[in-house]
Amino acid sequence: MTDTTTNAPAAAEHGPVPLPPSVARLLVAVGAVGTIASAFLSWTWTSDFPGDLTVYGYPAGLQILALVGGVLTLLFGLTLWDVKWLRWLNPANSTSPVLLTALSAFAVCWFTGIAITVDLGGLVNLDPGAFVAMAASALPVVGALALPHPAPGTGIRGYLAKPQLPAPGKASPLTERIVITVGVALALVTFTYGIGIDNDASETFIGYLLLLVFAAWGLMHTGLVDRFATTAAHHKGFASALAFAAAVIFPFTQSDDHNANVGVNILIFATVALGLNIVVGLTGLLDLGYVAFLGVGAYAAALVSGSEYSRFSGVHFPFWAAALTGMAASLVFGVLIGAPTLRLRGDYLAIVTLGFGEIFRITVNNLDGTSGPNITRGPNGITQIPDLNIFGFNLGESHNILGFSLGRFANYLFLMLIVTAIVVLVFTRAADSRIGRSWIAIREDETAATAMGINGFRVKLIAFALGASLAGLAGSVMAHVNYSVNPQPYQFAGAAPPNSAFLLAAVVLGGMGTVSGPLLGASVLYLVPEKLQFLQNYELFAFGVALIVLMRFRPEGIIANRRRQLEFHETGQLDVPTQTTLSDDPAVTKAGA
Amino acid sequence: MTTPVLEARDVTMRFGGLTAVRSVDFTVNSGEIVGLIGPNGAGKTTFFNCLTGLYVPTEGTVSYQGKVLPPKPHLVTQAGIARTFQNIRLFANMTVLENVLVGRHTRTKEGLWSALLRGPGFRKAEKESEAKAMELLEFIGLAAKRDHLARNLPYGEQRKLEIARALASEPGLLLLDEPTAGMNPQETRATEDLVFAIRDKGIAVLVIEHDMRFIFNLCDRVAVLVQGEKLVEGTSDVVQADERVVAAYLGEPFEGDPGAAEAAEVEAAEATAEAEGAESAEPADSAETAEPADSAATTDTVESTEADSTTKGEAQ
Ligand SMILES: Nc1ncnc2c1ncn2[C@@H]1O[C@H](COP(=O)(O)OP(=O)(O)OP(=O)(O)O)[C@@H](O)[C@H]1O
Ligand SMILES: [Mg+2]
Repeated sequence: MTDTTTNAPAAAEHGPVPLPPSVARLLVAVGAVGTIASAFLSWTWTSDFPGDLTVYGYPAGLQILALVGGVLTLLFGLTLWDVKWLRWLNPANSTSPVLLTALSAFAVCWFTGIAITVDLGGLVNLDPGAFVAMAASALPVVGALALPHPAPGTGIRGYLAKPQLPAPGKASPLTERIVITVGVALALVTFTYGIGIDNDASETFIGYLLLLVFAAWGLMHTGLVDRFATTAAHHKGFASALAFAAAVIFPFTQSDDHNANVGVNILIFATVALGLNIVVGLTGLLDLGYVAFLGVGAYAAALVSGSEYSRFSGVHFPFWAAALTGMAASLVFGVLIGAPTLRLRGDYLAIVTLGFGEIFRITVNNLDGTSGPNITRGPNGITQIPDLNIFGFNLGESHNILGFSLGRFANYLFLMLIVTAIVVLVFTRAADSRIGRSWIAIREDETAATAMGINGFRVKLIAFALGASLAGLAGSVMAHVNYSVNPQPYQFAGAAPPNSAFLLAAVVLGGMGTVSGPLLGASVLYLVPEKLQFLQNYELFAFGVALIVLMRFRPEGIIANRRRQLEFHETGQLDVPTQTTLSDDPAVTKAGA
Repeated sequence: MTTPVLEARDVTMRFGGLTAVRSVDFTVNSGEIVGLIGPNGAGKTTFFNCLTGLYVPTEGTVSYQGKVLPPKPHLVTQAGIARTFQNIRLFANMTVLENVLVGRHTRTKEGLWSALLRGPGFRKAEKESEAKAMELLEFIGLAAKRDHLARNLPYGEQRKLEIARALASEPGLLLLDEPTAGMNPQETRATEDLVFAIRDKGIAVLVIEHDMRFIFNLCDRVAVLVQGEKLVEGTSDVVQADERVVAAYLGEPFEGDPGAAEAAEVEAAEATAEAEGAESAEPADSAETAEPADSAATTDTVESTEADSTTKGEAQ
């Protein structure tokens, strides 16, 4: 804090808008309050616009999002007034979180205004409330731009680059646990809200994404996200148990089994992504045909499911045996593909796996009794797969638990949660061991790794086989959840997950080599196509654009792999490499204090 | 009593038309520190790669403690030869400790199953590995930085860490490829002590270096490689006295007085040769990029300026 005085002249440099700081702060606060208030007004006259924004005194849909944006802006705006009990929100006293949260509210309000105008045809459809919202939400943005620049001399980029943050203080274990609990609860609420948005209300979902992106960005700039990650890393067991508990609670919060279905599919997608993360994230092998392993597992489980359309319709394995069959089949397939290809490096491996992935789909398509022997019934697939029955508990039926009625998909959600937990455990344990270190070593420098005595081929084959069998496990559940299997989803790229491109994107987007990254990436990549049905044919295009933007601004993925030693954060040496260049003067960002 | 640890017989390495190493016979005995010198592009690193299985020699065999080594890097390490690289090849995004733990790969056995089940055996082995790794980190003086990422270490410490990582495989022979490249005189001195300490642990050392003072201080025996062929081999005095060596470094017949063979003169010649070599190293480097070989023009440049300053320091 002593450097405040020395840097005073630098701190005085305001942003692009020439206003005195006091006025700027006032603008932020007033605008934020205005935004909050506007959420209680009517924004349009008809409930034709999704979310029903017509009621006074009762925010709905996009208004709730605007309200949240406004509250966040107000909170961060108040940190600039030196409110004591809010100081923890913005320890670096940086102005960029204020701008980013202001932008989140601004984006939601203006998007809504424009969407109403376009959807309903004309400005006349806007009620005064919408104008209030748009005007009020613009004020904090202007105000934030007049506040002291977070990194003088860097222009607009200074706002987007993460500031250097002071080392966090120590908190008691109890406080830390409370923080984790609150964080997990917030995440559950956020996720539940997102998943609960009606599929027809694409506008609301876009608003949700806008708010989420800007707010998360702002939170990252305050250092709260890092601190949360550090805290969670300190209490790893507690944090994972809570996250698991939150996932168990999720179906109880849903009145409709449809959202549980979405949840199951997300979990299937996520576990497969996590398996792929072993291959891509840890070992550094680019596998473009990974979805085939999911397919092998699904088909293997379907064949022994007792379905009358299965080639072996008399065979009806119990679930554990079916799951093992799925895993074993994928493992064998993985070794068969891996053995000849893993001697290749880099691009060659990617191309060969891409080829094998397609070969799987085409073969399955042709094993229909006409082009080849009848095993998979070709494009018709194996249908009428019976529901699982585990220890007399039929997963196909609704059950009443604690007065809550849990439907079929909720049952499968619980099963998938157990599978996910197993996969997470396998991933973390394998990663933190002799074999995991040799995977990472191979990813870092294969030549050096072999010179350290690592049998590259063998170790890569193990990674490949393990990844494949985890996908096979997920596949064996998927076959039952979907009642049927057919070749169509197991392609390289398609408009909806799972396909190899989406899986890879989930890993890269979420953060390679991490556990939570692929889980998050899979959720996002599943929900976006599901909720934004109007994208349809443009989906792949939008997806490509989103990936490019992300790779440009955050190449390490949403969740950076900080390699466990976050407690060393104060030395700055675990910082994400791309961000070190911009703020070469660490003192400057503190100067606002 | 000296027994041969490493025996290279008639090793030849050809890249298409270029013969980088030409029928080299070479022996390292237990307890010895042997130097390998030669002008840039002489084939020293290529020779190392042949010894460690990174290259399969076109002709000839390499044996370790009497057994012929298969040309597979991991089997060579398993047998007991460890190495460092001319252009540092650490696992940049792993911590210091993890780097050393990777070095212990061949001396531990836990596979995937024991990692997943985490039985007492696994925990014990991990503990032991960590203790051994920490011992090595203390030995080279990096214990305090165990949790730093390797890429964040200063240059000199990265070189040390590479040595620790190599030692972790409990080798009987350590190959060092230009361990002091880019170091300042104090660091070079410290490395000298380190190499002696390694020898005192009973590990034979074969070291490539351009810093002549370092080599002649350190080595019991020095071999000179010129254009892939072994020119001279013998004690420091013999090699320093040999006019062919000087000539090879200068690239022309040496006309001075060979009798006294002052080290300073050799060094001056060496430094000049290197300054030239640094420029001519470019094409050699580009030829290598396709292969996992190691020779970096940058390292060479740093090294030559370094050698210059050393020479100057001595002249005054
Ligand atoms: N993989 C390769 N393919 C083709 N030529 C190679 C390869 N590796 C090395 N060479 C060539 O072999 C020769 C010897 O190179 P090497 O790297 O062994 O020299 P060096 O003695 O280590 O030199 P320096 O002192 O610069 O490290 C060079 O001419 C180089 O271009
Ligand atoms: Mg070399």
